[in-house]
Amino acid sequence: MAQYKLVKCTINGKPVEKMIDVRASLTDMLRNDFRLTSVKKGCEVGECGACNVLIDGEAVNSCLYLAAWAEGKDILTLEGLMGPDGEISDIQKAFMDETAVQCGFCTPGFIMTATEILNSGIEYSDDELRKQLSGHLCRCTGYQNIFRAVKKTMLRRLGKFEEAEQVR
Amino acid sequence: MYDMKALYEAENVVDACRLRLEHPEAQIVAGGTDVLVQMREGKRAGKALISIQGLPELKGIRLDENEAIRIGSGTTFSHLTRDPIIRKYMNVLGEAVDMVGGPQIRNAATIGGNTCNGVTSADSASTLFAWDAVIELTGANGVRLVPIQSFYLKAGVVDLHPDEIETAVLVSKESYDRTAGFYIKYAMRNAMDIATTGCSVNCRLSPDKKTFERVRIAYGVAGPIPMRVPSAEAAANGKPVAMETVDAFAKAVLEDIHPRDSWRASKAFRQHIAVEMARRCLVESVKRCGGEL
Repeated sequence: MAQYKLVKCTINGKPVEKMIDVRASLTDMLRNDFRLTSVKKGCEVGECGACNVLIDGEAVNSCLYLAAWAEGKDILTLEGLMGPDGEISDIQKAFMDETAVQCGFCTPGFIMTATEILNSGIEYSDDELRKQLSGHLCRCTGYQNIFRAVKKTMLRRLGKFEEAEQVR
Repeated sequence: MYDMKALYEAENVVDACRLRLEHPEAQIVAGGTDVLVQMREGKRAGKALISIQGLPELKGIRLDENEAIRIGSGTTFSHLTRDPIIRKYMNVLGEAVDMVGGPQIRNAATIGGNTCNGVTSADSASTLFAWDAVIELTGANGVRLVPIQSFYLKAGVVDLHPDEIETAVLVSKESYDRTAGFYIKYAMRNAMDIATTGCSVNCRLSPDKKTFERVRIAYGVAGPIPMRVPSAEAAANGKPVAMETVDAFAKAVLEDIHPRDSWRASKAFRQHIAVEMARRCLVESVKRCGGEL
């Protein structure tokens, strides 16, 4: 017999509530109930990172997170990065400038992990950045461009504009 | 959608124990990074789940009244790695769990799940064995403390009674005082991989840094459950801090460990790396204790 639960949470800054099937993953809820299709269904076993979203500021694979657990949580998806007039964020712009997008399937997941990295305000070393980004698979093998986009944005947010331009 | 029969969400630990007795067939789920994968893959399909995910009383790390490190079972790996108490007294545990899966997995997976799985390759397990951790279990009739060596019964099976959940992992002051350690995970890749072998060593040196007061070593994936290596410990305890001792210690490992052939690595290769890992881990532990080799 189907079992339902009323979930109240905040999605991309907006308080919402939804009656969900307890069998649903957070990916199911975000895609099907809220049409947030930046949240991709990739491997669905937590290996590829395509479904990654921020839950209370921390990057989590939403495929391995029950929708029922979203109760009271603050959830951010790629759509939530959009500015008030529909403008894109600095990290999204950097992905475009660095050609860090090929097919685009891994991109939203990568950008949400990048958002957690950037929000920390920490200047990571190259090795640390690579480790931070290691939970995502890009089968177009665009890792170097993705790495560069994240590193440049990290430096720019720390006010190091000249250093950012030196990143190759 | 998961192929799940029912979801019982515990409101607190007492409620979790009640749900355990009420639904003996149900599987406990905390971070979900193992249980939900197994449900997706069919191994646990159609099962009911008791969720203890996010229970605030299971989260966090503190020193208890006996100055033991008390790690709540629901603490995620990333919180463990960043925790100031862990960094100060037991840094190696934070480093070990920072090698599990990838960053998003470490933001969800819990230390309690890692131990209750009873899996020999768990990255926290060898370090917890090597530091004589004690598992705190809470059941309908109260709290039970079990040394981690007795908690692991056999591959995939731990000493968890039908009314119990694991509530904490404890490390006594006697265990962490003046002690430093090092963990090496040997795997095919640096991320999203399971250990071929994991080795955790820690030592305490005499005040003049010339003698090994106490050396402890444990492996994951050297047998069906994580294991301590008493022969190697005996070869180093009370001996001078010197490379000869380190070499004797590393060689003695083979008297106790029984790795197996599997698709990940052959027995011969596992034995070879086990000796080398023991050597490197002890060398690094000595350095961290301020000793010289």
